[in-house]
Amino acid sequence: MNREVYGKLIFELSRPGRRGTRPVDNSTDAFPRAELASELTRTSATELPEVDEPTVVRHYTRMSTNNFGVDSGFYPLGSCTMKYNPKVNDALSAIPGMARLHPFQPDATVQGALRAYWTLQRSLSEIGGMAEFTVNPYAGAHGELTGLMIIRAYHDERGDKKRTKVIVPNSAHGTNPASAAVCGLEVVEVASLPDGTVDVEALRPLLDDTVAAMMMTNPNTLGIFESSIPEIAAMVHEAGALMYYDGANLNPLLGVARPGDMGFDVMHINLHKTFSTPHGGGGPGSGPVGVRAGLEHLLPNPRVIRDEATDTFSVVREDSNSCGSVTPTVGNFAVELRALAYILTMGRDGLGMAGPMATLNANYIKEALRDVYKLPVDRVCKHEFVFDGLADKSTGVTTLDVAKRLLDYGYHAPTIYFPLLFHESLMIEPTETESRETLDEFIDVMRRIAAEAISEPDTLKAAPVNTPVGRPDDTTAALEPIVTYKQLRDK
Amino acid sequence: MTHHYLPQTGEEISAMLGACGMKSLDDLFADVPEQLKLKRPYDLPLGMTEAQVTDYFENLAAENRPARVILAGAGYYDHHVPAAIPALVSRSEFMTAYTPYQPEISQGTLQYIFEYQSMMASLTGLEVSNASMYDSATATAEAMMMMVAAGRKKNRVLVSETINPAVRRVVDTYARYHGIDVATIRMTEEGTTDSSHMEQMLGEGGVAGVIVSQPNYYGIVEDYSGFADKIHAAKALMTVNAPASTLAVLKPAGEWGADIACGDAQSLGVPLSYGGPYLGYLTCTNALMRKMPGRIVGKTTDARGNRVFVLTLQAREQHIRRNKATSNICSNQGLMALWVTIYMSLNGPEGLREINERGRDAAHWLRDELTATGRMRPMFAKSPFLNEFAMDTEGLDLDRLFERCAERGILPGVVIGKNQLLIAVTERQSRAQLEEFVELVKTAEK
Repeated sequence: MNREVYGKLIFELSRPGRRGTRPVDNSTDAFPRAELASELTRTSATELPEVDEPTVVRHYTRMSTNNFGVDSGFYPLGSCTMKYNPKVNDALSAIPGMARLHPFQPDATVQGALRAYWTLQRSLSEIGGMAEFTVNPYAGAHGELTGLMIIRAYHDERGDKKRTKVIVPNSAHGTNPASAAVCGLEVVEVASLPDGTVDVEALRPLLDDTVAAMMMTNPNTLGIFESSIPEIAAMVHEAGALMYYDGANLNPLLGVARPGDMGFDVMHINLHKTFSTPHGGGGPGSGPVGVRAGLEHLLPNPRVIRDEATDTFSVVREDSNSCGSVTPTVGNFAVELRALAYILTMGRDGLGMAGPMATLNANYIKEALRDVYKLPVDRVCKHEFVFDGLADKSTGVTTLDVAKRLLDYGYHAPTIYFPLLFHESLMIEPTETESRETLDEFIDVMRRIAAEAISEPDTLKAAPVNTPVGRPDDTTAALEPIVTYKQLRDK
Repeated sequence: MTHHYLPQTGEEISAMLGACGMKSLDDLFADVPEQLKLKRPYDLPLGMTEAQVTDYFENLAAENRPARVILAGAGYYDHHVPAAIPALVSRSEFMTAYTPYQPEISQGTLQYIFEYQSMMASLTGLEVSNASMYDSATATAEAMMMMVAAGRKKNRVLVSETINPAVRRVVDTYARYHGIDVATIRMTEEGTTDSSHMEQMLGEGGVAGVIVSQPNYYGIVEDYSGFADKIHAAKALMTVNAPASTLAVLKPAGEWGADIACGDAQSLGVPLSYGGPYLGYLTCTNALMRKMPGRIVGKTTDARGNRVFVLTLQAREQHIRRNKATSNICSNQGLMALWVTIYMSLNGPEGLREINERGRDAAHWLRDELTATGRMRPMFAKSPFLNEFAMDTEGLDLDRLFERCAERGILPGVVIGKNQLLIAVTERQSRAQLEEFVELVKTAEK
């Protein structure tokens, strides 16, 4: 990453009359003009830049040098599973035989695409221990919403209309309650024990015939495996509710255990976490949803169906049994192709090692830093763990300062101030694709920062200093929002 | 043997386990109850080499029959993709970054989102844009929920019958679970929104908002003059759904007096790729900014006095509002927002205008030529259109026509009903290719 800020906007490079591409050849190959009535056409100018192609290419290239990706360096961002994104996946996702297919062209002409979708769906079903998956949802949050729709459709179908509550642990990510609210469900939080696991005794009185589902990650937000899960699942099922698995933390279980075997009825997976597809600065992701046997008919349309006798595939776009449609197409297809390439390249052997290696890497860092950072839950962790800031609380150095100082040393910061269970949460997830040397170097830097907190706390307060820009003024950004170039220019 | 994505060797594994006070990898999972452990390998193939997986994908692609001339639209259009776009978007600093939560090392992402917001606000004629949505259908569902949230106790949303039914299905699904009452504004015989029916339903009260589309599903450019006044008089909001590219020439949501614009930005040079990834856009008036779902990037300054960009107004977002949220979206289509931002930068105002005018002129020529074959006729002959139109195929054997066209690498359109073919033209098809298609229609079988 470049240490100097680039910072120009494309609008500031614009000069009237410049062109960045030539989309139409008007010298030959023309058609008669077919003007539309003026009341239907645009009167205002489109304020787009006028720039030549070399300028465009240099602008975005220079902009990229102010960005930090997984390829730039270690990204120990808790709960985000920033593993390496294999290059062959990108190449295969864009081959012309796939990229130039229209989503509504006849099924007979897209058999390879449908086979890819179906194979991915079957592979995820095997990994999740589920009967069937839809790969349509566009993101993890979209998958959650879809999963909750399936759960509501299940209760509706049984005429069980009273079930309006979803139980989530108080350590859950904010997306869980938000998804429930959008799905028209009411959220009830269940308390956690000091180790962050669900308090089974607190759960018991919450379970009655108004509960639609219990929503959990496992391992939980602290990276701790919920060992009571068989008991929780039995209690929830006894109350007539379903178990929803939030796949945000699936990675350490690869090769180890399956949500379906734990008693979960519906689950989603984040392909951009566990299955290595690029995060893309915030998307596109993909959030496939799986269901146990007996719920398959509730999966959303469109659905890809295989006829076994002829080994041919077709798309079901409408049917009244399903929970509805959350996408018009089969989803972020090129993302799905990347995940399929990953599964095939890893194979059962590679996938089987991914969970244990992710878990080993996390425990290795935790054990090496626990004397200088406060470890509030002292257990074997899974893919991630949480420190509650520095062990020495006398310096006034906060988790934010530690995170910002890490940027100076060439690392992305861990997830900070989440989960909300601790005041100074610092959540570290290394993933399985980092070498021991990378982990050792990170450990050294974390120890150096802990030492700096004592010897030169002001340096940490002022961090970062080696990055393209310094700490931003978030307050002004929110109080006087400037969100377009027009507003910026007119100011 | 180690896998090439997994660096740790056997020796390192032993040493690292030792550092954790453990002897075997099983010790890492001692807390997982025995009955939950998977005691077998997955029922999946062994890992493939890069050459093997490439062959596997080539074989899959060989089962497809991609067209060279794509006249299918229905919301997704085949435009040329300038080579500079994939070259820039695939830079790993963009592609492998996370959400820009650390602005000090994410100015690249934040800056292009700011550019994207600026361009989308301008295209739609509205004041503010978010950082993008998943796609047109979900953006429309979000617009619906936004109107209901703004309308306090009002719970009814009117949707024109002329909207893309694939979008409508998603809107209906969200409405069903979110508890919104969606009612349909009838379509006239000319394939346009029946404004008197809308007025009648507005008059019945309880309407939070109205959703129309432009051009509509049948490619018709509707005249929404007076709609905004009628809708606002009923204290409701107006949303216009439109493919982004067409906004360069058609009157945009803001000029119709609408409050919210949404739709797919796929038409800004995003590959069709059998369904995605695409991206949705959502823009609105300043008054609605704090009701807007998704991320927003704003300008501020840093401790060193630089102009910098940050995620802002996060109090609106799901991770803060939790169960009070009216949207659960927590990402955007980041990389696709970069894609269309570069597309708009390269094409500029002139390029986008030329692309639309070329599609318009070619589409009008093609509709006339197809009508002249006597084999099909326009479904809505009197209504204006841009680059897409619906034909009544009057008993032609469409399966056979598709098959004969497929042999020549032509995808004739999207079948939208019995004897109904929706045809879209863009700048991507040459005159010779369109003439070839006309010839095939001339000799089409009943």
